[in-house]
Amino acid sequence: MTDRSTFEAAIAAALADEPLQLALADVPAGFVAGRQRARAELPQFDRLRRTARDIRDHILANLDVYLETFEANATKAGSQVHWASNGEDARRIILDICRKAGARVVTKSKSMVSEEIELREHLEKASLDVVETDLGEYLVQIRGERPSHIIAPAIHLRVGDVAKALRLQHSHLPGDRELETPEAMITEARQVLREKFLAADVGITGANFLIAESGSAIIVTNEGNADLTMSLPKVHIVLTSLEKVVPTFADAWPLLRLLARSATGQALSAYTTIVTGPRRQGDGEGPEACHIVILDNGRTELLASDLRPVLRCIRCGACMNYCPIYCSIGGHAYGSVYPGPIGAVLSPALGGPSATAHLAEASTFCGRCEEVCPVEIPLVSMLRKWRMRDLSRPSPTSRKSRALLRAWAILAARPRAYRMAARLGVRVLTTLSGRHGRLRRAPFASAWTRYRDLPAPEGRTFQEQWARRKRIDRAEPT
Amino acid sequence: MNEGSARRPRVGLFVTCLVDLMRPSVGFAAARLIEAAGCEVIVPAAQTCCGQPAYNGGDNTSARTLAMQTMKAFDGLDYVVAPSGSCAAMLKLHYPRLMAGDSEAEASARAFAERVHELSSFLVDVRGMTAVPGSFSGRVTYHDGCSGLRELKVREQPRRLLSAVPGLQLVEMADTETCCGFGGLFAVKFAAISNAMVTAKCASAAAVEPDLLLAGDLGCLLNVAGKLSREGSAIRCRHFAEVLAGELDAPPIGAGREGGAA
Repeated sequence: MTDRSTFEAAIAAALADEPLQLALADVPAGFVAGRQRARAELPQFDRLRRTARDIRDHILANLDVYLETFEANATKAGSQVHWASNGEDARRIILDICRKAGARVVTKSKSMVSEEIELREHLEKASLDVVETDLGEYLVQIRGERPSHIIAPAIHLRVGDVAKALRLQHSHLPGDRELETPEAMITEARQVLREKFLAADVGITGANFLIAESGSAIIVTNEGNADLTMSLPKVHIVLTSLEKVVPTFADAWPLLRLLARSATGQALSAYTTIVTGPRRQGDGEGPEACHIVILDNGRTELLASDLRPVLRCIRCGACMNYCPIYCSIGGHAYGSVYPGPIGAVLSPALGGPSATAHLAEASTFCGRCEEVCPVEIPLVSMLRKWRMRDLSRPSPTSRKSRALLRAWAILAARPRAYRMAARLGVRVLTTLSGRHGRLRRAPFASAWTRYRDLPAPEGRTFQEQWARRKRIDRAEPT
Repeated sequence: MNEGSARRPRVGLFVTCLVDLMRPSVGFAAARLIEAAGCEVIVPAAQTCCGQPAYNGGDNTSARTLAMQTMKAFDGLDYVVAPSGSCAAMLKLHYPRLMAGDSEAEASARAFAERVHELSSFLVDVRGMTAVPGSFSGRVTYHDGCSGLRELKVREQPRRLLSAVPGLQLVEMADTETCCGFGGLFAVKFAAISNAMVTAKCASAAAVEPDLLLAGDLGCLLNVAGKLSREGSAIRCRHFAEVLAGELDAPPIGAGREGGAA
């Protein structure tokens, strides 16, 4: 979590970071083109979005019922369900489970909820050997970073960065080994991770959906790492948040179809795993115990607020792939767990508004995010709501711009004074710019003229010229 | 009453504050086009700003005051037309939302919204215009303003009208639907990001080597023209209405009297 000035420094650093800029330049050709192809191949794509939105809204309106049903069915299937009202609760519950299992090595697949509560860092502090098994997440872990994208945590890295990180981390391997191609890097990471998979006492995964009718969790990956994470150790812990519940499998299919297409342009992720409780009698493999930790962390408050639609989110990341701001600065600059448009709406609700209210400012409201959102979250109006909330706080984020806007609104509400001020302002600007038609520097608009010229006004306001042509509406009330 | 059926529709021109202050030529061009579409143009003097800066800044109270004032200024007119997708979307989509909770005000905002149109959409969708007064010889590229495109679905209308301009060759640039980085106060609050975005926009434009870049929103145009000018580019910028109406007396945006042609 950052404040406004840290945010600005991070923006400047991100824009000046050439490798990052090169990595971000690949986003349009990758994710954006992929989604567009997938959408073109599925004629009912937009109808499916409306269906998905309705399913999510129905769930949110009946969340308590479905969560209770889920708990009952998951318990019946042999899982233990734990409710965590905040990050501290969830971390304590999970650490307890690990301690009771006598765990030393813990494998983890990718989970944004675990990032939200800084689970890995917390378990490491308790002397557990925690290993991320998603390749991107592993890279982020060994570089001591946070994910910069919710589905592609290492999207900010280029091939060279990856090789360097692997050499540094795997110092036990021969220094002269070939590590030039992505294939070589993947093979090496796989070999290192395989040992951890086999040694792990506890495996922690997230869940994309919880199915109420069966008490199952659905987990999707493209690497199959979640399957090894959950099936090899003695204990499987699912960490997820309460809005992920879905009534039935039939309700989950449209969401799964949209999720992969919106995220990577795939029809379905490579691995879609349904897990229902621990190993049963006669099962050849699987954990002896399955714990499902369901986190609230501000979500019930969101549910009761006018920001409820943000809980429809299925975490596909399309809003960031299409966001010109995200693609300019990358995910780290946001300083929040969830970056991009969804992050700007979600983060202030999860971490306290004061820490991240400034994120809502960083938008042109261009609307591409909500245009591609698979569950039609009205992200622009949600961002606007955060700006409203910020404005009503005793010390809002942007005091200067608030004063400016206030002054403008007061003037604009007085047409006669407004016209006079407009005439005056236009004359001053025109005089300043002479015959050049533009200002290269303007002390009152230095942020503008630092990067671009300010086109000069033509000389007289339209209203003034129109009135002179004697065509003014005679019914004018003022 | 028998004059009623024959009278021309009375169209209130919502000038927009940026056109009023910075680029009156766009207002005159819009008026000329609306007249060419068989309508009478009225410019209510009591109009100022649509309230979008306040609304997007989270100040709904001020925005509501300005919305009330605007709706009152255009009372009794058949249509309200704005040479801006952004301001038209504010009047058409956001005024009713702003009035939510006050059923009477909401109903009148909805009735008002039905009469509001973005300029190119009014000319094509409402008036069925196919021929335009202007002519222009040269390569032209068109930038889609975000609000017009995504909120009002204005995409084909300006292109259709531009293709009716004798001599004009429309060349599409890449990423024409990507934001130029203006975003009102965003351009100064997050000037560095805005700069990255407008730099990308200018590069997309330059790649198709147009003589002229057109758009339907003065906000985008001030941003893009200002950047092109700073880069020393030869690409000139105008509002599409100026080309459609043949109102090319004013120098291109930011070009000045000493500037080149186009």
